[in-house]
Amino acid sequence: MTAPVTERPAAAPARPPGVRRRPFNWRRALTPWLFLAPGLLLALYFKFIPMIQGIRLSLHKVQPFLGDQWVGLDNYRTVLEDDRFREAFRHTLALGIGQTLGAIVVGFLLALLLEGQAKSLWIVRTAVFLPVITAIAVVGEIWRLLYLPTGDGFVNTLLGLVGIGPQPFLDSPDSALWSVMAVGVWIGAPYNMVIILAGLAGVERSLYEAAAVDGVSLLQRLRYITLPALRPALTIVLTLAAIRGLRIFTEVYVLTGGGPAGRTEVWMTRVFSLGFERNDIGVASAASMLLLAVTLVLTIAVRLLSRRADT
Amino acid sequence: MSNALSSRRPAGGRVRPTRFDTALGWSPSFGPALVLRILLCALAVFVFAAPFLVIISGAFSKTAQASHLSLFPTDSTLQNFQVAGDRGLWSYFGNSLVIAGGGLLLQITVSVLSAYALARRRFRGQAIVMGLFLLTMMLPEEIIAIPLSVVLGDLPVLHTSLKGSVLGVILPVGAWGFSVLVMTEFMREVPREIEESARLDGVGEFRMLWQIILPLCRPALGVIGIFGYLMIWDQYLLPIIAANSPDDYTLTVALSVLRADVQVGSGVVLAGALVALVPSLIVYFCLQGSLVRGITAGATKG
Repeated sequence: MTAPVTERPAAAPARPPGVRRRPFNWRRALTPWLFLAPGLLLALYFKFIPMIQGIRLSLHKVQPFLGDQWVGLDNYRTVLEDDRFREAFRHTLALGIGQTLGAIVVGFLLALLLEGQAKSLWIVRTAVFLPVITAIAVVGEIWRLLYLPTGDGFVNTLLGLVGIGPQPFLDSPDSALWSVMAVGVWIGAPYNMVIILAGLAGVERSLYEAAAVDGVSLLQRLRYITLPALRPALTIVLTLAAIRGLRIFTEVYVLTGGGPAGRTEVWMTRVFSLGFERNDIGVASAASMLLLAVTLVLTIAVRLLSRRADT
Repeated sequence: MSNALSSRRPAGGRVRPTRFDTALGWSPSFGPALVLRILLCALAVFVFAAPFLVIISGAFSKTAQASHLSLFPTDSTLQNFQVAGDRGLWSYFGNSLVIAGGGLLLQITVSVLSAYALARRRFRGQAIVMGLFLLTMMLPEEIIAIPLSVVLGDLPVLHTSLKGSVLGVILPVGAWGFSVLVMTEFMREVPREIEESARLDGVGEFRMLWQIILPLCRPALGVIGIFGYLMIWDQYLLPIIAANSPDDYTLTVALSVLRADVQVGSGVVLAGALVALVPSLIVYFCLQGSLVRGITAGATKG
C-alpha cells in the first residue's frame, strides 16, 4: 500500500524532496471518510437509491400486491407515444425558452435602469428583488388572485385604467400559458438583474468616456461596449437556467394545475398526475428518467462546451 | 449589508457621480432624464413589489373578497388570521419552521464536514466523491419524486417509513451538492500555514475544523445559509410526498388547502401567504449581502 495519490497538486502540502514515504497510516486514511460519511450516506439514501429505484421501476409494470412485472422498455414506449406527453413536452419547452428569454430581457432593462451607487437606487433594487426570495408556491397563490378573470380583479382593474377590457388570463386555453410565462419572467428577471449589475460594474468606465469623445450613439455604446462585456457570464447561466426550466413544476401546479383543458400541462405535472393520482408508477418513472437523462446530457454538454470555449 | 445589491465599484470616499458611471449614461443632474428615471423606477417598484402590498392589505382586510384586492387595507382586522388559525395555520407554520430549521442545520453541518474532507485532505477517490456531490445537484426532488416516495415509505435495509414525519423532508434536503461545492471552494483558499502551525500545537481534526478553519469561512457560511434556506422553504413536492395526511404539510403547501376551503375567502389565503413570507423577509434582510455575493459568484464561475 502506498500513501494516498495526489489528485490536486495545488491542494496538497508540499512534500520536501527526498523524504521517504511514511508507512500506511490507517488513521490518516480514514479521517476524510469519517467527515464525508454523513453527506455520502444521505446522498445514497435520498438521491442515488431513488435514482436506481426509478430506473428499476421504469422497466416494470408496478402493481401493488400483485408484484412488479418486467416489461422492458414498454413504459418508455408508452411515454413517447402518448399525445399528452408530447403536448406537455411542447409546453415545457415553450415555458423554458420563453421564461429564460423574457427574464433576461426584463432583467437587462432593470439593470440598466437601476445601475448606480445612490442609496435610493439600492432601496429600489431591494424592493424589486422581493419575488426571488418568495417561495414559488406563495408567488403562485398571489398571482392566482391577482389574475382573477372578473373585471374587478387586480390586474384587470389596472388594465381597465388604460382602456383594456377584462382578460381571462389563467382561465382561457388561449392565454393560460402566456400568463404562467409572465409569472416566470416576474420571478426570474430580478435574479438576472443582479448578475447583469455585477457584469455592468466590471465594464471599464474609460471606455464610456472614450466613446463619448468619439460621438458614439447610445445604442452603439450598448451594442459594442456593454453587451460584449456581459456575454461570457450570461450565456452559461442562461443555458443552465433554460435546462433547469425543463423540470418546472410548482408554478404551474399552483397556478393552473395543468389546465384549462391541459393547455398548460408540463412534463412534471403530467408525471405527478400519472404517478400520484392515477398510481401508474411504472410509466411515471419512465417519464422521470427520460427527463433526468435529457437534463444530464444537456448540462454536461453545456459545461464541456463552455470549458472548451474558455481555453 | 451596506454594499448589498450595489455594484462594487466605489472604494471609500465620496466620488462625484458622473454620467460615465452607468451604461446608459444617466445624468446625475436634475433634468428630464432624471424625471423619466424616477418614473421608470416607480413603475419597476410597482410591478415587482405591489403584489406584496396586496398580500398585506388583503390579509388585514375585513372584506377581502378575491375580487376586491387593493393596495391598502379597507378596514383592518385580524379576523383572517383567526380563521386561518382555526384551519391549522400555526401548526402548518410550525411544521415549516421545524423543517427549515432542522433541514438547514443538517445541510450546513453535512456541507461543512464534507467540504473539510474535500478541501483540506487528500485521499483516494476524491474526484469520484466530488462527482457524486455534483450529481446530487442534478437529482432534484422533482425528478426523483416518484421513486423517492417509494423509498420514503420503506427505507432500504432499515425498513422504516419516514412518511408523516418531519424527517421525511429534513433528511432528503441534507445532502445538497451546491452548498458542498461553495464550501469546498472557499475552504481551499485558507492558507496551508495556518493549518500546519495549528497541527504543530497538537490540534485535533474536529477542533481544527471548528476553531481554525470555520471562523475563516464565515462569508461562505452566509452564502450556503441563505441559499439553503431558500431551497428548503421552496420545497413543494417533497412535503407532499413525505406527508401521510394534509396535517403534515408545510405552510407553503398548505396554502392550497386553505384556498380549496370554500368556507373561507381569499383574505385567509393571503393571511397564510403573509405568514409564509415573514421568515423569508427576515432571512433576506439579514443575509442580503451573502445572497447577492452567491448569485454573482455563481454567474462568474458558471
